[in-house]
Amino acid sequence: MNSNNDILQVQNLCVDAIDRHGKTMPIVCNISFSIAPGQITSLIGESGSGKTTVSLATMGYSRPNCKISKGKVILQDEDLLNLDSSQIQQKRGSDIAYIAQSAAAAFNRALTIGAQVTEVAVLRGLMTRQQADLRAVSLYNQLGLPNPETIGRLYPHQVSGGQLQRLMAAMAMMCHPKLLIMDEPTTALDVTTQIEVLQAFKRLIREQKVAAIYVSHDLAVVVQMADDILVLKDGRMVELQSTQNILDNPCQEYTRMLMDAVPQLQLPHISHQPLTAAAAAAADKLTPDPVEKCRLENTVRKEANSDVLLTLSNVTAAYGSNTSTVLKDISLKVNLGETIGIIGESGSGKTTLGRVISGLMVPSNGQIEFQGRVLNNTCKQRSREDLRQIQFVFQMAETALNPRHRIRQILGRPLEFYLGMTGRAAEERIVELLDLVELSAEFIDRFPRELSGGQLQRINFARALAAEPKLIICDEITSALDTLVSKAIIELLINLKNRLGIAYVFISHDLSTVAKLADSLAVMRHGEIVEFNKTGNVLTPPHHEYTELLLDSIPKLRTGWLEEVSGLVYNPV
Amino acid sequence: MRNIQSKSSPFRDLLQNLTPTAIICLSILIILIVLAIAAPWVSPYQPTEILTDESYHLMSDSMLLGGDYLGRDIASRLIYGLQITLGVTFVVTVLAFFTGCLLGFLAAVLGGIFDTLLSRVIDALIALPAIMIALIVIASLGSSLPVLIVTLALIDSTRVFRIARALAMNIVASDYVEAARVRGEGLKWIIWHEILPNALGPLAAEFGIRFTYTILFMSALGFLGLGMQPPHADLGLLIRENMQGLLFGSYAPLYPALAISLITITINIFIDWYLQQLDSALPSEF
Amino acid sequence: MDLPLIVIRRMAIGVVTVLVVSLLVFAGTELLPGDVAQAILGPGATPESIANIRARLGLDQAAHIRYMHWFGNLLHGDMGTSLVSGREISVLIAERSSNTFLLAGVTALVAVPLSVLLGLIASTRPNGRIDKTISAITLTLISIPDFLVAVILVSIFSVQLGWLPALSTIRPDSNFLELARMLVLPVTALSFTVIAHMARMTRTAVLNELTSPAIEMAILKGVPKSRLLLVHALSNAIAPIVNVIALNLAYLISGVVVIETLFNINGLGKLMVDAVTTRDIPLVQGCAMLFCAVYVLLNLFADTISIVANPRIRHPK
Repeated sequence: MNSNNDILQVQNLCVDAIDRHGKTMPIVCNISFSIAPGQITSLIGESGSGKTTVSLATMGYSRPNCKISKGKVILQDEDLLNLDSSQIQQKRGSDIAYIAQSAAAAFNRALTIGAQVTEVAVLRGLMTRQQADLRAVSLYNQLGLPNPETIGRLYPHQVSGGQLQRLMAAMAMMCHPKLLIMDEPTTALDVTTQIEVLQAFKRLIREQKVAAIYVSHDLAVVVQMADDILVLKDGRMVELQSTQNILDNPCQEYTRMLMDAVPQLQLPHISHQPLTAAAAAAADKLTPDPVEKCRLENTVRKEANSDVLLTLSNVTAAYGSNTSTVLKDISLKVNLGETIGIIGESGSGKTTLGRVISGLMVPSNGQIEFQGRVLNNTCKQRSREDLRQIQFVFQMAETALNPRHRIRQILGRPLEFYLGMTGRAAEERIVELLDLVELSAEFIDRFPRELSGGQLQRINFARALAAEPKLIICDEITSALDTLVSKAIIELLINLKNRLGIAYVFISHDLSTVAKLADSLAVMRHGEIVEFNKTGNVLTPPHHEYTELLLDSIPKLRTGWLEEVSGLVYNPV
Repeated sequence: MRNIQSKSSPFRDLLQNLTPTAIICLSILIILIVLAIAAPWVSPYQPTEILTDESYHLMSDSMLLGGDYLGRDIASRLIYGLQITLGVTFVVTVLAFFTGCLLGFLAAVLGGIFDTLLSRVIDALIALPAIMIALIVIASLGSSLPVLIVTLALIDSTRVFRIARALAMNIVASDYVEAARVRGEGLKWIIWHEILPNALGPLAAEFGIRFTYTILFMSALGFLGLGMQPPHADLGLLIRENMQGLLFGSYAPLYPALAISLITITINIFIDWYLQQLDSALPSEF
Repeated sequence: MDLPLIVIRRMAIGVVTVLVVSLLVFAGTELLPGDVAQAILGPGATPESIANIRARLGLDQAAHIRYMHWFGNLLHGDMGTSLVSGREISVLIAERSSNTFLLAGVTALVAVPLSVLLGLIASTRPNGRIDKTISAITLTLISIPDFLVAVILVSIFSVQLGWLPALSTIRPDSNFLELARMLVLPVTALSFTVIAHMARMTRTAVLNELTSPAIEMAILKGVPKSRLLLVHALSNAIAPIVNVIALNLAYLISGVVVIETLFNINGLGKLMVDAVTTRDIPLVQGCAMLFCAVYVLLNLFADTISIVANPRIRHPK
């Protein structure tokens, strides 16, 4: 790994955080690695692992209230940390380039794309304006952007997120950098868009012989991109190995845990048949996985009892008065105690569907029946009992819990509001609820900001449980969480589902997560349900064309997958 | 960070970060307020009592800061002027915040026609420079204490309305208010338990800003002779009354001016410190 | 929406605002329980003479008819006659407005560039020595009443040193040098507060931009600091800065009223304060309408600029 032709050598890098009183605390310690031309080293870790801090430090930059305290960043025999600020500024943009997580936020919204892409090259006199424009157009071409001749004249808000991310790559590659740093460049993108962007990035890095740092929390993506993987935890190096070695033989327990937590789709090997009780019995023999078997049996039994909890008939919804519809003619049935997974990419209308069911959004057409009665459209018109029965869990617990309320009040309010429970009884129930979501009773007097992301999401979920509902709608409740935390939450949900018999509508963009939990899957695209079936059936070939695209787009935890997939497109008739 | 042990409270955090400057400002403010409240006990004379027929009597043991143009004790008039200015400003600001916040929160939560109509009217009122409103009202009603208080409160409440509405709009759009709505909570709960606790921080700063604004504005009216009417005087009128004294080498108009500046500067510095506690950090290379 | 459409809509809103303002000005002076006739004649007036005056002023008619009448005349440039001097209000205002516009215009010309510059300088190194100095000075200046600044200036430069006149009674025959000497103190006094406000707000607006991810990106792609500030931050801060300037016109107007009275400048502000003191209601109405209309128009102008500066509106998807 440590060869002479390495472009970048990072040695014993340390970064300190400085608090308001000037006290310092190390957040990153003793990081060392090196990268050769055309190679990609990935920094992987959970939030707070310091991966972004390390990547920024390799550009000699530290965020507000942080300071690089020790170490060397040697770029072609020159220690960047010894340079003064104007020297390092000269390096950035030409020798070192950066691709930020959210291109939408990182582009200046008041300047044209072209002006920003060519800015530094022209400013430094490395190219004339004409040369820079030509180079930009050729980069746009290489990155597979539409209308390469004219796209530079647009403003950032005029192009899509995936295009903007690639345009930022063009901006980074403008001056032939020696080192490219990518910070979660595809995290904000849909899976189907992600592939193109990843492929474009990788091709560019190999062709231009750039040394690259790829920062990500997503092991499956990292495996596609990286030659070496550096695992970080709490600002320290856990493990640095080649990608293949990490996959085959991780040395550290933590790395193994990260790998195990990656949700992997287990495609069932059952035949594609409508699921009747008889068919399930037949499937019984074909399904080797006992968990899967149990699940199929459960769903079929419930179908037989036909305890329908919720029925949506021809629901249509739109934002504003005349804007495009976000839900088109949706019909859906949820049985008592059943879990329905709603899957789709951004803009598919999946969240809107959840909001319509809970009464947060008013459908323009169609009706919702709950336990055989037609529900009022808005939550204002629904009875308190109806509201109690259907609970909604928001994606971001940080914003869904009032920061000025203690946990006691957050969980106590639904108890008082719906069940009239106060005083001792309520207190005991709160402790019970905390226990249910595997939190200790001492959390009761905390404020939300004193809890970690995973703990907050548990409270968020416990608040829904407090109402003792029949149906809980979970809107992307694991997507903002770290892999390990997310895995634990999913396990909690499965556990509670079996114990409490509550029906879930589980909304997510992540097929592999949903598939673990859901009895049935509804695949949504552009406001329509393109496929609705038992989970086993959805995952069993032959797939619906769009489902197949989704399935194929999920990065697999093995090397070489990115090179194999190509030409993934979906053209509905 | 997420400290498991401590039960932190936002207020205690604030106290821990008090800087020396902030402490000095706070102490000066408290002294001035105590002085204003205790005016009947601390002031040496009645403010309207004419002690000598000499104009601009020099400083002496009996008249600590000298006499004014009518021979009244400046120190006593200053203490009572402080009482009037601080008292009126306090009543005005509290009134303005009560109405402004209530209407602003309601507009944000209810939305729809209520919000549109109210916002239009307030926009029109804000489109009038504050001094125009004051001059128009004083022209038609004359200047008296109730007129002054209601007018100033009206002017201030339009500004408070805007801020309160904007703050509440942000909070109303948050997930936790949405969660309360889907739980079925009513207007009262949402305003009182969800919006108010979260708007309190910025509103506290705004209270200070409006307070200084009202002091300056009231003083300007007093200075123009359109505020409090003699023989009672707020700090602004005290300056106006004794302006001629400057020509005779008397400092009479400077004391009230100094008092006004002292109040507003200390409040402003204190708010500056307070806002820094709420502020986000900047890139270090800047 | 198209750009011209948005601008036209803004202008329509401006017209509506002026209309509403006229209603408020009228309502404020006419409908409040104070009786103008009583005010003119004083407490010793007989009921007959009050009724007489009321009839002469048209006060016996219904309020909405009086408003229509008043506003109709206003549109023709007829603001009625002053109750005190009996002269045409439009003539009075025309005589006085040039002095006010001179004072406000010169102040704006001095204050706007200076304050934007100060704000930018302060934001180059936030919490650095220069920033802290500027911050301390501007904080002091916004805390001191503007008439105090004026009084101090007068006592130093007029009373003590005798360099400049304490009163600036501008006459039509004043020549340029006299005019300049007379304007120095009022303009300086007026500028101080306005500059302080604008500089602070400009700093906040620019710093607000500097915390954005786009600026971090620009730092990381090696954009030099000056350009970071002048191109990247400023291009996004134009709209807020223009709004800051518009907002401060309100300070300017109230400042004008105070400063004109203090320096005895024959402008609209002094005219209005005198009218208020003598309760010359039609004159108060006329002055208020003019001040408000100018203020609304300037705000409209600022609004339009910040719309045009926004590429999202200039180049819709």
